[in-house]
Amino acid sequence: MSPSVLDIDLIWKALGTITDPEIPVLSLVEMKIIRDVQVTRDAIRVVISPTFIGCPALEQMKSEIRARLAGIGFKQVEIETTFAPPWTTELLADDAKEKLRSFGIAPPPGGEGELIALLLLPVACPFCNSQQTRLDSEFGATLCKQIYFCDNCRQPFERFKPI
Amino acid sequence: MSTSDGIPTQALETLLLALADDELMLGHRNAEWTGYAPLIEEDIAFSNIAQDELGHSLAWFTLYQQLSNKKPDSLAFEREWSDYTCCRFVTYPKGDFAYTVVRQYLFDEAEQVRLRAFSLSPYEPIRDVSAKILREEAYHLMHSQGLIERLGDATEESHRRMQAALNDAFPQALGMFEALEGEDELISSGIFGGNAKLRDEWLGRVQPVLENATLLIPGAPADFGGRKRNHVEYLQQLVDDLQSVYKIAPGAKW
Ligand SMILES: [Zn+2]
Repeated sequence: MSPSVLDIDLIWKALGTITDPEIPVLSLVEMKIIRDVQVTRDAIRVVISPTFIGCPALEQMKSEIRARLAGIGFKQVEIETTFAPPWTTELLADDAKEKLRSFGIAPPPGGEGELIALLLLPVACPFCNSQQTRLDSEFGATLCKQIYFCDNCRQPFERFKPI
Repeated sequence: MSTSDGIPTQALETLLLALADDELMLGHRNAEWTGYAPLIEEDIAFSNIAQDELGHSLAWFTLYQQLSNKKPDSLAFEREWSDYTCCRFVTYPKGDFAYTVVRQYLFDEAEQVRLRAFSLSPYEPIRDVSAKILREEAYHLMHSQGLIERLGDATEESHRRMQAALNDAFPQALGMFEALEGEDELISSGIFGGNAKLRDEWLGRVQPVLENATLLIPGAPADFGGRKRNHVEYLQQLVDDLQSVYKIAPGAKW
């Protein structure tokens, strides 16, 4: 079936059901990894931007995008990876950040600014909301996370890296 | 050879391949710490950094592919060891943890000056990729610079090991700035200011940090050769290891 402009809502809805393999509470649309969808005469073009360039989940995301669109009848899908504009944590909406927090991952700070300045902001514990926290490891279990420790509730937690 | 917009294609290919090869080899060397680093945090850090560098390598290979039509996997896994154009610096064995830290720091600072220069380049693909990589690199530099500051003068042993590592790594690191073939064209087309300029900017960044950490910069000459494919044999062992899985079933789909 060749896509029509009328299908665009259907396409976004289907894409909105694909969750991030590393953060299952958010969809690729909420993560703003899927940046744009264009419907041309004989194909659907999906533009994605990786959170981190070396993200190993990227291939899985691409195959899920193809599978989901095939599931609603679209077999001709082109996926383009873009770095311009780059994916940044500023793209995450407040409700997406709240979902991260409720999943136990401290969300990245909002607002624009130099990365270094964002890194100096206090980080609230996702479990008890205390700001008595400290950086334990600059790197974490996936490229997009780092490890903190909460001195109030005495628990380690993950934090989404501002990028 | 140049494109219609005055970008010297061949020189640009040389540059992109050198960048990709540097990231690929250092990424592989960093991955050799997975499971072996002295602390769990460092194990995680160097495994993450390795993954980042391999991703950056793929990004540069992908830009190279746009010009040359050669596939990233084939470039990474099908070349002879003597065909890579990485600097020698990234090919040396991982050494002790002090050497790894010093090498990573010197490399991270070079990434800063390179990527800042490229993110102002008139060639859009290199500009976009550089701006993205630069944000990720902030974490690498924070980590490696933090270790230099902590280990440089922590104890007699840490100082001795860090100084010995710097004595080895510094002349090797200067090899990152070996002039590329066709570099004059890259300079005149505004892609970047050239490796001599990058080296001076890099020196301006590393000197005060090393000094503060009580480490003395050795005077040995630069370890050039890699850009002209004149490598040390460590690269042969590295490439054998790097390509071993791929060569079991070339082109296999995972
Ligand atoms: Zn807490």
